[in-house]
Amino acid sequence: MDYHWNWGIFLEQVKAGEETYLHWLVTGLGWTLAVSLAAWLLALLLGITVGTLRTVPHKGLAVLGATWVELFRNIPLLVQMFLWFFVVPELLPPDWGLWVKQDMLAKEFVTAALCLGLFTSARVAEQVRAGVGSLARGQRDAALALGLTLPQAYRHVILPQALRIVIPPLTSEFMNVFKNSSIAFAIGVMELTFQARQMQEDSEQGIETYLAVTLLYFICAFAANRGMAWIEARSRVPGLIAKPG
Amino acid sequence: MIEIRDVSKSYGATPVLKGCSTTVAKGEVVVVCGPSGSGKSTLIKCVNGLEPFQQGRIVVDGVSVGDPATNLPRLRARVGMVFQHFELFPHMSVRRNLALAQVQVLGRSAEEADARGLKLLDRVGLAAHADKHPAQLSGGQQQRVAIARALAMDPVCMLFDEPTSALDPEMIGEVLDVMVELAREGMTMMVVTHEMGFARQVAQRILFMDQGEIVEDSPAGDFFAAPKSQRAQLFLSRILHH
Repeated sequence: MDYHWNWGIFLEQVKAGEETYLHWLVTGLGWTLAVSLAAWLLALLLGITVGTLRTVPHKGLAVLGATWVELFRNIPLLVQMFLWFFVVPELLPPDWGLWVKQDMLAKEFVTAALCLGLFTSARVAEQVRAGVGSLARGQRDAALALGLTLPQAYRHVILPQALRIVIPPLTSEFMNVFKNSSIAFAIGVMELTFQARQMQEDSEQGIETYLAVTLLYFICAFAANRGMAWIEARSRVPGLIAKPG
Repeated sequence: MIEIRDVSKSYGATPVLKGCSTTVAKGEVVVVCGPSGSGKSTLIKCVNGLEPFQQGRIVVDGVSVGDPATNLPRLRARVGMVFQHFELFPHMSVRRNLALAQVQVLGRSAEEADARGLKLLDRVGLAAHADKHPAQLSGGQQQRVAIARALAMDPVCMLFDEPTSALDPEMIGEVLDVMVELAREGMTMMVVTHEMGFARQVAQRILFMDQGEIVEDSPAGDFFAAPKSQRAQLFLSRILHH
């Protein structure tokens, strides 16, 4: 292979500026984390809400929840990203559309976080629904029999158990958020993948660039995994689930 | 205290309760027995509105259960219920299991609820286990906690849905002891059970159900001495002769 290795490239200055390539990657990592964490927060809030609604004995709410889930999980994420960025502003009332296109701060970031958050919320909702469904009906009955209202039963009895059950599948979703955030480069968010492409073109050291970026994504997803494992361990119910051997 | 009038219920075309009527007076202990699938559990769950019913009327302490205007949570807070599978909340300590509804439903302060809970735990002989989680207790202990949890709400009557059916034989006694004591103190109780010894000891009346009907509603003494219906005779001969 006729490739000129240069691992020192990260500390070299970029062609048209003062900063180093490392600076580019670090900035990119920052945006990746920002998009991912904002999207995850949104996904958890909406996903838990929508997933819960799908289990409530009320037809209208169940249909609403089902529509939500099908809408966001049947369209490719990249297409959703373009829809939110190019199409939705055109569908808004003219004043709003203009504001979004011209004045909104960090427009690309907000769009990416919103899009990824909604996409992920549909997946979180399905996990939460499955978690609630896996609880025996007796728990709900016992809570109601004590005089709790249905919302109180969910708040104190059903969701605390269901959410513990779905921590492992939610861990995968959290890791996916970091990986899926790379799609945000397509609408111009200067996140890690965006910076990697820029560095590759500018430095012509594509292999080092992508190996470094690979490692950074791996660290993000792995940290997410460890973080969730920590939460899982802390929320373990004494006597209920055997410690993993 | 509990009045059940012509209550019928069906799942689609399958009837599960057919014109059931009975009353439970204040301080009375009524045992409901019958073969499995006879509608006993469904009937008792209709009493606090956990199961809806299509026809008839159930009035508990002056409140109509089936009336859409009835505040069911408020009614249920005054009717204790004990389940076959205990249904303690596994993610909470015993102490919190006892305090939750007292605080959330009755509006008691945390200290007040805790004190009341501990008093009832002591009464069922489990004060030392207050800080354990349900899964760290035996089945019999869990069911005693469940009884204490229901009593902590100061109920006007108690419903028991096969409280000993899920227990290992050696643990049945400790749960029945608590229930006998409760009956002797004058608690109004409706108990679905196969424990005929318990029924003989404390029940004033026995309801015998079969295929969704209350076939027999007699004073306990009469029921055991000479059950009127053939189905009840057959049932008794089957469960007593083992």
